Amino acid sequence: MSATTQSPASKQPGTGKTTGANRAAGRAATTELVSWKAGVGLGLLAILGTVLFGFLANTKSAGFRIAEARDPNASSTAAWVTLVVALAAAGYLGYRWISQRREGGGVDRWIPATTIAAVVVLGLAALGVAQVEKITVPSMVFGWICALLLLGLAGYAILLTLQRRRTPGWLGGLFAVVFLVGFMIWIVAGGRDPEPSISLGGLMAGAVTLAVPLVFGSLSGVLCERAGVVNIAIEGQLLLGAFSAAVVATVTGNVYVGLISAAVAGALVSLVLAVVSIKYLVNQIIVGVVLNVLISGLTSFLFSTLLTADPENLNKPGRLQAVDIPFLADIPIIGPILFRQSLVGYLMYVAVIVVYVGLFHTKWGLRVRAVGEHPQAADTVGINVNRTRFINVLMGGAIAGIGGSFFTLVSVDAFSKDMSGGRGYIALAAMIFGRWNPIGAFLAALLFGFADNLQSIITIIGSPVPSQFMAMLPYALTVIAVAGLVGRSRPPAADGIPYVKG
Amino acid sequence: MKLELKGITKRFGSLVANDHIDLVVEPGQVHCLLGENGAGKSTLMNVLYGLYDPTEGEILVDGKPVVFKDPGEAMAAGIGMVHQHFMLIPVFSVAENVALGNETTKAAGLLNLEATREKIRRISDQYGFDVDPDAMVEDLPVGVQQRVEIIKALVRDAEVLILDEPTAVLTPQETDELLDIIRQLKRDGKSIVFISHKLREVKAISDTITVIRRGKVVGQADPTASPTELASAMVGRTVSLTLDKAPAKTGEVTFKVRNLTVTDHNGQHVVDDLSFDIAKGEVLAIAGVQGNGQTELTEAILGVQPHVAGSITLDGEELLGKSVKHVLGAGVGFVPEDRTLDGLVGTFTIAENMILDLYDKAPFARGVGMKPGLIAENAAKKVEEFDVRTPSVSAAVGTLSGGNQQKVVLARELSRPLRLFIASQPTRGLDVGSIEFVHKRVIAERDHGTPVMIVSTELDEVLQLADRIAVLYRGRLVGIVPATTSRDVLGLMMAGVPAAEAEANASAHASGVTAAPTVSEPAGHEGETHV
Repeated sequence: MSATTQSPASKQPGTGKTTGANRAAGRAATTELVSWKAGVGLGLLAILGTVLFGFLANTKSAGFRIAEARDPNASSTAAWVTLVVALAAAGYLGYRWISQRREGGGVDRWIPATTIAAVVVLGLAALGVAQVEKITVPSMVFGWICALLLLGLAGYAILLTLQRRRTPGWLGGLFAVVFLVGFMIWIVAGGRDPEPSISLGGLMAGAVTLAVPLVFGSLSGVLCERAGVVNIAIEGQLLLGAFSAAVVATVTGNVYVGLISAAVAGALVSLVLAVVSIKYLVNQIIVGVVLNVLISGLTSFLFSTLLTADPENLNKPGRLQAVDIPFLADIPIIGPILFRQSLVGYLMYVAVIVVYVGLFHTKWGLRVRAVGEHPQAADTVGINVNRTRFINVLMGGAIAGIGGSFFTLVSVDAFSKDMSGGRGYIALAAMIFGRWNPIGAFLAALLFGFADNLQSIITIIGSPVPSQFMAMLPYALTVIAVAGLVGRSRPPAADGIPYVKG
Repeated sequence: MKLELKGITKRFGSLVANDHIDLVVEPGQVHCLLGENGAGKSTLMNVLYGLYDPTEGEILVDGKPVVFKDPGEAMAAGIGMVHQHFMLIPVFSVAENVALGNETTKAAGLLNLEATREKIRRISDQYGFDVDPDAMVEDLPVGVQQRVEIIKALVRDAEVLILDEPTAVLTPQETDELLDIIRQLKRDGKSIVFISHKLREVKAISDTITVIRRGKVVGQADPTASPTELASAMVGRTVSLTLDKAPAKTGEVTFKVRNLTVTDHNGQHVVDDLSFDIAKGEVLAIAGVQGNGQTELTEAILGVQPHVAGSITLDGEELLGKSVKHVLGAGVGFVPEDRTLDGLVGTFTIAENMILDLYDKAPFARGVGMKPGLIAENAAKKVEEFDVRTPSVSAAVGTLSGGNQQKVVLARELSRPLRLFIASQPTRGLDVGSIEFVHKRVIAERDHGTPVMIVSTELDEVLQLADRIAVLYRGRLVGIVPATTSRDVLGLMMAGVPAAEAEANASAHASGVTAAPTVSEPAGHEGETHV
C-alpha cells in the first residue's frame, strides 16, 4: 500500500479517540429538528386572539346560563353524590399521577386525561351543588386576560423553539382551552341583546346530539382503516342508512325495525366496497367516492319520485324518543348533556366502548390491527387477511348505517334529499384527528359537533362573525389537525393497500 | 419429526420456479439449501410453509402425506419459518407479535398477554435470548428482531425451523451468535432448514447440503467440501472466488468529505460527523451492517437528502447544497442500492433507461426533440459492451433479470467521463457470474484513474474490491483500515469497536484467550451526558 493511500487516515488523528467516545455514548446523537410550525401557528393565533378578544371586545357582558333542573330535590341529591364520587376519583387519580412521577417511571398513558376529566366533572358538580344558574362575565376584562395568556403561551412556545426544544403537548392543549374561552366570551358579548347570554347546557347537549352521526361514521372509519381498507363511502352509508330507516320504519310502522334496516343498508354499501376493492383490487378511494355519488343520486331519485308522491305511507317514520336514565339524568349540567339521549345516542356510547375494548384488548382486535399494519405478517401466522378485512368493512358499514338512522329517526322524522350533508367526510376527519383510535375519534367528533352547534346558536343570538365563517370552523379544525399542529398522526401502515397473496 | 418433500414442482405461468424437487430433512439435523438468488429456494420453502400451493408433488410428515392450505396448518404440523424479511409488526410489542395468531385469551376473547410474556421469558431464558417482552419491535436491533421470530416459532412448538437467508442482515458477530443458537436448537432435537448462498456459514453449520440451481436439485454436497467446489456446484461452472486486480496506483486526492452530518426527520444523526478522502485510482469501500448510515451518506453526496451539514468537495468544488443535476454534471456516477426503485424506470425500454440522465444533452437531444435513432444505436452499443442479455433494446427494463438490470445501470453510469464513481450494493441479488462482471468493471473504472466509493454490507465484497475500508457504525466512522485487515477485526468494528481495540480483541481471540466481545451494549453509556 502506498503512502498516499494511507495519508487520509493519518490526517485524522482524532478518529480513534472520537469513535471511542462515541461508542461509549451507545446510541446515535440527535439534533432536535425543531419545527417552527407550533411557534408560528400559536403566535398567529395569539395575535388573532388579541385583536378579536382585546381590541375588538365590546363593553357588554357575556352571560352563560347553566341548565335549569327539572326536579330540584333529585337534582341536588344527584349533584352531591356526583361531587363526592368525582372528588374521590380526582383525588385517587391525582395521587397515582404524583406517586408514579415520584417513582421516576413513566406515568400510565390514561392517567392525565382521566384526571382532567375527573376535575372537570368535579367542577360541574360543584356548580350544581351551589345551584349556580348563570355566570356573567365582563367581556372586556376577560377578553384581555385571555389575550395576554395566549400571547404568553405563544411566546413560551417560540422561546422553546429558539432554544431548540420541542413544544410540549400540554401547551397546545392549554392554548386551545384559553382560546376557546376567550372566543366564547367575545362572541356571546357581541350578541344583539343588551345583556346577551347563551345556555351552556343547551350548547353542550346539542353538541353531543349533533355528534352522534359523526361518532358512528368515524367508528366505521376506524374499523375499516384499522384493517387496512380506506372507507370514503361513510357519507353514502349514512345517507342510505337514513333513507332506509325512514322508509322501512314508515312501512312497518316500527322505528326499531327501521333502525335495524339502517344497519343492513350501511352494510350493503360496504358489501359493494368490499367486493370491488378487496376481491377485485380496485382503488379503494375511487370506489368510495363513486359509491357516495351513486347513493346520493339513487336516494334523490327515489325521494323525488316515490317519497314525495306518497309521504304518508313512505316517509313518516316517527321518532325514537329520548329516554332519561334514572338518577344519572338528574345530575345537574352533566345529566341533560349525556343521559337524556335517544336509543341511538346510547348505542353510540356502547359502540365507542365496544370498538375500543375490542380493538385494543381482544384477540380479534390484535388480529385486525395486524392485518392493517402488516398483512403479510398476519398471513404467515395463519390469519386470513382478506376475510378479516371483508368482515370489518361490513361491520363498519352497519355502524355507519345506524349513524344514518339518526337523521330520520332522531333529528327530523322524515327523509330529505342529501340530508347527510357531508357529515361522512367530517366523520373521516374526526377519525384522523382522533388518530384512528375510537376514543380519540369520539372526542374529535364531539368537538366538531360542538363547533356545529355553536354556529347555530350564535346565528340565533346574533354575532359579530358571519355564520358562514362559523360554519367553516369544523373544516378549519380539520385542516389544523391534519397539518399536524396537534401532533403527528400515523395511519395503519397498510391502509389503502390491497393485499395480494404471494 | 421427519420431513420429506417429493417431486415438488411450482410453476408461475410459464416460469418453473421449482422442478421436481426431492428433499428429506431428518430430525435433529441442520439441512442447508444452497443456491444462488433466484434459484428457487425461497419458493420451495413458501410451498412447504403453505404460502404457495405446489403445482405438483407432495409433502410428507413422518411418512404421512399432508397438505397445507395456509401457514396456520403448516404451523400446526410443527413447521416454523423465519422469513428473510421479518414478519413482525413494528408498532406491536414483542409479546403482541408472539401472541398474534396464537393468542391466549381470558373470558370474552380478552387478550391474556401475561401468559405470552411468561412463555417468552421461559424461552428467552432457556436459549439466552435476552428479549424484553414489552419492548416495541421497531425499537429493537435486527439481531434481536430475528430472535423474536425464532421465539414466535418455538412458542408454537415448531419441530422443523426454516431460516430463510437469516444472516443477510446480521454482523459477523451476530451471525456467530445465531449459529450458536442453531446448534442449541439442534441439541434439543429440532430440525433446521438453513437457506443461504453464503458458503462460509453453510460450511460451518450444516450436516447435509442440498444444492439447488435453476429450480432443480443438482446434488448433495459435503460440508467438508471446499468453498470453490460449493460455488461451482451452485453456479454450474467453475468459478474463481477471488478477483485479480493490480495494486492501486493512487493519484492526488480529489474527493473530500468533511464533518458530514445528516439528520433524519426525527432529529437523529444518521450520518454523524464523517470525514474521509478518496484519491484518484483507489477504491474506498464503506463497510457496515445495513442501516448504519450508508444510504444516507451516498444520498447526501448525490444531493437528495434534506438536513445535511458539513462539506463535500470534488476537485475543489463544493457539492453540498447543489442540485442532483449539478452533481451528476460535475462527473459523479451513481449506482443506487435499490436499482428497481431508484436506478431504473421499469416500464421504460432499455434504450430509454440508458439515457435517463443524458436525455436533454447532445448528442441525444436537439432543442426540445430527442433523437430516437441515436438513442437506439447507443443502447445497442452498450448492450454489446456490457453483455446485457436481452432480446432487444426496446424491451422494458422491468422484464430483465436482476443481473442484467444492474448491467444497464452500470452501462449508463459508466458511459460518460467520471470524476467520482459511487456504487451502493453493486451486486446485491446478483448471481455469481454477474458479480464477477460487475467487480471487473468497477476495478476497470478505478484503473482508469477515477476515485471509487463502494458501499457494501457483504464483507466478502468489501474485502475483494477495497483498497481501503471505512467502517460505519450508527452513522459514525469507526475507522479507516487497510484492505488487508482480517474479517474478525472488521466484524468487531462493524459492531462499533474502534480499530485498535478490535485488533487486540481479535488477536486475543485467535490465541485462545477468552475475549469479551460483548459490544452491542457497551457499559457506562448511561453516564454520558452530552447530546
